[in-house]
Amino acid sequence: MSETVKKFLYVNRRAPYGTIYAQEALEVVLIGAAFDQDVSMAFLDDGVFQLTKGQDTKGIGLKNFSPTFRALGDYEVTKLYVERESLEERGLSLDDLQDIQYEDEDDDWAEKPSIRLISRAEMADVMADQDVVLSF
Amino acid sequence: MATLHTVNKSPFQAGALSSCLAHIKEGDTVLMIEDGIYGALTGTGFSDKVQASGAKICVLGPDVSARGIDTAHILASVETVDYDGFVDLAAASARVQAWL
Repeated sequence: MSETVKKFLYVNRRAPYGTIYAQEALEVVLIGAAFDQDVSMAFLDDGVFQLTKGQDTKGIGLKNFSPTFRALGDYEVTKLYVERESLEERGLSLDDLQDIQYEDEDDDWAEKPSIRLISRAEMADVMADQDVVLSF
Repeated sequence: MATLHTVNKSPFQAGALSSCLAHIKEGDTVLMIEDGIYGALTGTGFSDKVQASGAKICVLGPDVSARGIDTAHILASVETVDYDGFVDLAAASARVQAWL
């Protein structure tokens, strides 16, 4: 098998539950994680709503998939880029989002935050640094 | 190397075009396809923003024709391409990013 590792970015711009996009993106990320690529996720525009804590879907008959974000670290998906401007435009801050951690195998399995709060300009840099960009 | 951004939603219906224009880098190209072509209209609230984007902006001609939009209503700075042109743009870019 080829040893070439490509940089994959999964771009999330939609809120959860209103459409199936957010949940499907997560499914694809987990499948893609099996192929040992360099995977990142980007959350901007309404996509930042996917990461809020305290989601409770009992009343709407849909699966609450938000806990899955906390499992991503086990699949070596440890870079969740969140756009600061998108959060602020929606009246949210980092405190409103889930605390998502991963264990850094290169640092004695120290727990580190997966969410990286970046500016819109930095998000453009992240996007331009990828081999493959998949949008949801 | 540069990115080809595709936008397939009307700017009057969705934020795809605005978000795209806020994330492009120098040398990038934006190709408006499907309902995205309405972003290339003259005299709209988006016209100035599109013209000032700094990126090369293209529309897919067949999608413009299909919607009955006269070329006179397409911004003069916007280049019209056909399907072969779409392929050329993709082949000349390091990546294609879809704004849905």
